[in-house]
This record gives sequence, C-alpha cells and structure tokens, in this order.
Amino acid sequence: MAGNREFVYRRIHSLLGVIPIGIFVIQHLIVNHYATVGVESFNKAANFMGNLPFRYVLETVIIFLPILFHAIYGLYIAFTAKNNASRFGFFRNWMFLLQRITGVLTLIFITWHVWETRVAAALGTEVNFQMMHDILSSPFMFAFYTVGIISAIFHFANGLWSFLVTWGITVSPRSQVISTYVTLVIFLALSYVGVSTLLAFV
Amino acid sequence: MSENKMVKFIITRQDTPDSAPYEEEFELPYRPNMNVISALMEIRRNPVDAKGKGTTPITWEMNCLEEVCGACSMVINGKPRQSCSALVDQLEQPIRLAPMKTFPVVRDLQVDRSRMFDSLKKVKAWIPIDGTYDLGPGPRMPEKKRQWAYELSKCMTCGVCLEACPNVNSKSNFMGPAVFNQVRLFNAHPTGEMNKSERLNAFMEDGGLSGCGNSQNCVQSCPKGIPITTSIAAINRDATLQSFRNFFGSDND
Repeated sequence: MAGNREFVYRRIHSLLGVIPIGIFVIQHLIVNHYATVGVESFNKAANFMGNLPFRYVLETVIIFLPILFHAIYGLYIAFTAKNNASRFGFFRNWMFLLQRITGVLTLIFITWHVWETRVAAALGTEVNFQMMHDILSSPFMFAFYTVGIISAIFHFANGLWSFLVTWGITVSPRSQVISTYVTLVIFLALSYVGVSTLLAFV
Repeated sequence: MSENKMVKFIITRQDTPDSAPYEEEFELPYRPNMNVISALMEIRRNPVDAKGKGTTPITWEMNCLEEVCGACSMVINGKPRQSCSALVDQLEQPIRLAPMKTFPVVRDLQVDRSRMFDSLKKVKAWIPIDGTYDLGPGPRMPEKKRQWAYELSKCMTCGVCLEACPNVNSKSNFMGPAVFNQVRLFNAHPTGEMNKSERLNAFMEDGGLSGCGNSQNCVQSCPKGIPITTSIAAINRDATLQSFRNFFGSDND
C-alpha cells in the first residue's frame, strides 16, 4: 500500500489520547484529590505513586512517550487547520476550534508542570504538599494551573467524543448527540475534581 | 410593476487565475421572483456597474438551474450555496457574491472543481460492470436499501462541503467530506460491494479519510441534506475493520 502513514499516525494519535494518556489524566486528578483530605493523605499518596515498582519504565511508556507523540503530531494537526468558526458558527465547529486551542494550552501547561515538579524531583527536590502550596500561593500560578487543568480536561473530554467518531463507534447522529452530553458530564465532573484539588493546596 | 425598486450586488471579480481579486458594485431593477442567476444574466445583458461605468460581463458556471448539477455554487452573503436556488427576496442586501476560494479561481465566480473528480477517481467511486462477455444481471438491491442509498446519491459534487471544511485548505491534501459519502454509497451497492476493500484501502491513503477533524460543518452546509457526518463515522468504522483485516487477517480481503 502506497503511503497510508497519515492514517496510521492519526489512529495512533487518537488511541494514545485515550489509552494511556486519558486514563493517566483521570488517575492523576483522582490521586491528587487526596489533597482535599489533608496534608498527610496527599503526601502518602504522592509517595506511593512516586515509589511504584518499575517507575521509570511506567513513566516512559505510559506517560512521556505517548504524550510526546500526541503533542508533536497534535501540533501538526492543529496548525494544518484553517479555522472558520466566525463564518460557520456551528456548535461542533467551535468545539473543533476549542479542541485545538486547549491542546496547545495544555502542552504549554504540561511542559511547565513537568519542569516544575518531575524535573525538579529528578534534581533532588521533594514533591509534596508543601511544594504545591508554595507554587499555588502565587495568584498568577494559581490562574495558570486552573487554565491548564481545565484545558487538559476539556481536551480529554471533547477528544473522547471525536475518538468515538474516529474509530467508528458512534455512527448515528443520535449516538453522537448523546456522547456529546456524556463527554460534557465527564468534563464537568473532572473539572470539579481538578479545581477542588487546586483550592485545597492554598 | 413596482416603482423602481433596485437590487444591489457587490461581486468579487478576478480577471485571470493569477491576478488579484477586486470588487465591483452593480444595481439593477428588481423583478419579482428573481434569483442570483437571473441577476447575473441581467448584468451580462448590460455590463455596467453601479456608477454607470462599462465593464466586462461576469463569468460564472451554470447548467441545470434546479439545484441538481452543482455547477453554479458560489459564496453568497458569506455562505457557500447554489446561485440558482438563491432567491433575491430571501437575501439581505447588498448581496455579496464571491467565488469558493477553496478551489482555484478560473475567472470571477467560476472555480475549477477538478480536485473533487480526481478524488473520486482515486477512491474508485464507480461500479465496475464491464467485461469481455455479458456478465448477466447483478444481485438485486432491497427496496428499503435503495431508498436509503438514494439520499446518499443526491451528492452533486458541488463543492460546498469542501468550502465549509476547515481541514480542506492549501496546507493539507485532504480530499474533503464529499468523498466519504461516495465511498459509502458505492460500497453499499450489491455489485459495488465486491470492490469494497479496494475503495477503503485507496481512501485510507494519504489525503484520504484521516484528514477529517470532525468540525461537522459539511453536514450543516450540504444543500442536499446528505447525512455526511454519518457517512464519515460509518466509513471510519469500515476503515477500522479493514485495517485490522489488513494487519491481522488474511491476504485476500
């Protein structure tokens, strides 16, 4: 077959967004929610996650490589679109635009977030409640984290909708409408988890 | 007749494929039930702009004049649609006409839609029935399915969905939304089904189905009300199964 690389890349991109990245995002948000229980609970959970067996393998295979591919190919996809939501202001066209905007925002956020936590940890800083408290006590960083987390959750929830279309799971218009509502609920629920965690740190 | 009611047009013109576009204004007397094409014909009869200056007649394409051929598509007040079914009574004035810029402009409102036909050739959007001898009658199609397929067959390759699609542009080689529907139509036909995997494999190549970004502007803009996004998802499902067959399956399907 002559050149179906685009097909393979697009499908891998779509799959990675849900498995493993989407699953990781949900896990990350839920584990961090321990912050709302108390300093001790969060530190215990962070410690548990940070000391999982095969940690480097898990990080590389489940987090870094998939996100790297998804981000680089995603930037290519985002910048090959010629957005026209002002001319064609349909709901899905706005979602299409937002998906691209939140993707770029999420990438900026994640890059900073990894630098500030994971890279810092590799250089010897301890990742704990105090660290997040110090970061988020700056109002600018609190706003940056809020935008970043909401962008990431939107990108995941709306991406889940298009994942279902891309793989041909939701074909009928009705199933696509219902999955719009389901992914909206996922967006709201995860946003609650994320924002309440942020508030717990300050 | 009504006393001197005038209709105003602002038309984007372009003299050659490479020259810069410019706008010209026209004013013509209103006639009941006039549409954009009859107005363009009126301007052609007397090519004088709103200031009274003589100009060249406007070039545009037309054929059937009843919204089944797709040739007269253009951007009317910002929306791509057919000019034959664009009634002046239903349009806000001044009426702005422009070519569908997603295609190469030939002259004025005339564009070159060849890329759509090239795409149909690439994905084998036809049913091969020729042989060196009489192949006999093909399998029958159930009436219910025929009625359903008839809706898909209404596509007139007019190009409106490509103009509306954010992923059809000079930065990508995406064939556009219309092709999904044609592949689905011919794959659904009892005889066409015999070449289903060939069409899918051709459409899975670069520039094919993976260019869709699900903005769903196509289904909102289609003048024939074709369920294009349903066709997109259905073809995505077929492509998923086809890719599994290609990778894991046997070598003959």
